[in-house]
Amino acid sequence: MFGTLETSAGYWNAIIFVIAFVVIALVVYILRAFGEKAYKKDSEQTKPFLSGNPEPEKENVHIRAGNLFWGFTEALKDYYTPAVKEHTGIVNDYVYWFVIVLAVLFIIIGVGT
Amino acid sequence: MNFLLTHAPILIIALPLLGAFLTPLISRVHPKVRNIFVLIILMLTGFLTILLTRDVLSNGIRVYVLGAASSTLTTPTGYIMPVRIILETDALSVLMAMISVSLAFIAALYSWKFMENRTGLDKYYTLLLLLLAGMLGMELTGDMFNLFVFLEITSISGCALVAFYTDRGESAEAAFKYMVIGTVAALFVLFAVALLYGEYNALNIGYLASRIQYSFIDKIALVLLIGAFAMKAGSVPMHMWKPDAYGEAPSSVAIMLVASSLASLYALLRVCFTLYGDVLNTVVVGWVIIILGILSIFVGVTMALVQNKFARLIGYTAVAEVGYMMLGVGVGLASIANGSIADYGLKAIQGGLFHVMNDALDLGLLFLVAGAVFYSTGKSDLNRLGGLAHNMKYTTIFFIIGLAAVSGLPPMNGFASKLMIYETAYQLNPILSIIAILASILMLAVFVKVFHSAFLGPRLKEYENVKEVPRSMLIAMGILAVFIIIFGLFPDTVINTIVEPAANALIDYQGYINKILGLGGV
Repeated sequence: MFGTLETSAGYWNAIIFVIAFVVIALVVYILRAFGEKAYKKDSEQTKPFLSGNPEPEKENVHIRAGNLFWGFTEALKDYYTPAVKEHTGIVNDYVYWFVIVLAVLFIIIGVGT
Repeated sequence: MNFLLTHAPILIIALPLLGAFLTPLISRVHPKVRNIFVLIILMLTGFLTILLTRDVLSNGIRVYVLGAASSTLTTPTGYIMPVRIILETDALSVLMAMISVSLAFIAALYSWKFMENRTGLDKYYTLLLLLLAGMLGMELTGDMFNLFVFLEITSISGCALVAFYTDRGESAEAAFKYMVIGTVAALFVLFAVALLYGEYNALNIGYLASRIQYSFIDKIALVLLIGAFAMKAGSVPMHMWKPDAYGEAPSSVAIMLVASSLASLYALLRVCFTLYGDVLNTVVVGWVIIILGILSIFVGVTMALVQNKFARLIGYTAVAEVGYMMLGVGVGLASIANGSIADYGLKAIQGGLFHVMNDALDLGLLFLVAGAVFYSTGKSDLNRLGGLAHNMKYTTIFFIIGLAAVSGLPPMNGFASKLMIYETAYQLNPILSIIAILASILMLAVFVKVFHSAFLGPRLKEYENVKEVPRSMLIAMGILAVFIIIFGLFPDTVINTIVEPAANALIDYQGYINKILGLGGV
């Protein structure tokens, strides 16, 4: 079929994916049309309920990049602490790594095979 | 037309080289004339590359001998080995050349407005064309010493371009690191070339491939070449220069550096598959490349997650992307046994090479988006950005396309190539696919972080007056986005047209040797 890619163990056809996506989107849109119509834009309904507290300024609630995935990096602290530390930014270390890789490759390829 | 086709291999290198040295002169006339001149040079180079590609795909490998009575006279009467500088172009070479020229054109188009307010643009465009000439030389040459020379040209011009923002100390520091890494890599390549020359008295890749014995000296040369080219490609643990350079260079330069890294990856493949194709312990070296690839994927993507500078973050994902390519090609190499390659191995190489094309497009687009954000806001720190989707709608759309593509979301191009890599790697060892898939999910998380922190959220006061970038920058991003979508929707056409011939050329070292020795009917 046109657009079908053989991927060794299976097949992939992006055209079929797009058609399926459009069909599902249409079905979702139709279902949505049957939804509750009492929603009023720009009314009290759209305001968040923060346990009765006033809503803060919108600019102040934007979560910045440094705070995203905090839990993930905290959980993997044992990996991240040495990994970040190893990226010293010192060019000598970059060359050390190159020498280490050459030594390992020499053992594997030069001596081992 | 026949003349152009006959001399296309050398003209493709000579045109940007000549253009580079003419650029400062033409710059004296008017900056606009200079910009148009550079674009014309790139279009002509692109036209010649297309001509050569069509010829190679229909007629097979092309050789071009410089300074000979005939451009196909590789071994003159009375000589027992090829002499003179020889270019040898197969389907893989032209695939890489197409990528390099396309990215250079996009970079020049984007630079028109992006670099408009900077001084020293005559030098900038000269270096841009020099960098392209160096990459094309690496990709089209059939000679080890010329490979070293062109590698040096890419390193020197790339270093100067990284340092282009001379008013920033970080740029100078990144350029210094790039220079050290480039020089060390080139030195070891030269040492390896000297070892091979000392042993076989030849520099031609095809001839060397026909004579190579896999002696102890050859193994040392192989180790040096793999190490040097893997470092220039940005493989872990020799990747640390990459986020430094990509993060500090202008975005239009960063996409040229992506192409430059891919040229180094090409050199690594040429060494493993062609130069040592007949004698290599494919399982061991294949697994070495796989392990370097898996390390690159894992470290690249996990380190990207903790970055807060836009371009630097993309720099780390570029490390991971190189890992995917190495994984695909490594699986292919490891599957070669008794001189024949397993079906899944060939598909793995196709997946790896398709990912080379996709990486150039996806990362190219993301770097241009990072540049657009910097152009409009003057900031690249994600902690200080937010709500840009309100004012930069087209850039946001391009970012979403780039995000989906690089994270391997269907129906984008990145999904098709990654799927091929996952499925084939699974057949060699399921653990490889599991790591690759998990890393791809993490890649999505990385770019969702960027999307949320830079583009989503309320309109921030400091960016209330931010405007969309100029049209030429949007067109440059648009071209890449269109290709991403087309390659994603019709991956089979891309694979059948250029990737499959490139993969076949890569494993057909005998065809490469025969062409240079005149055994295949030069």
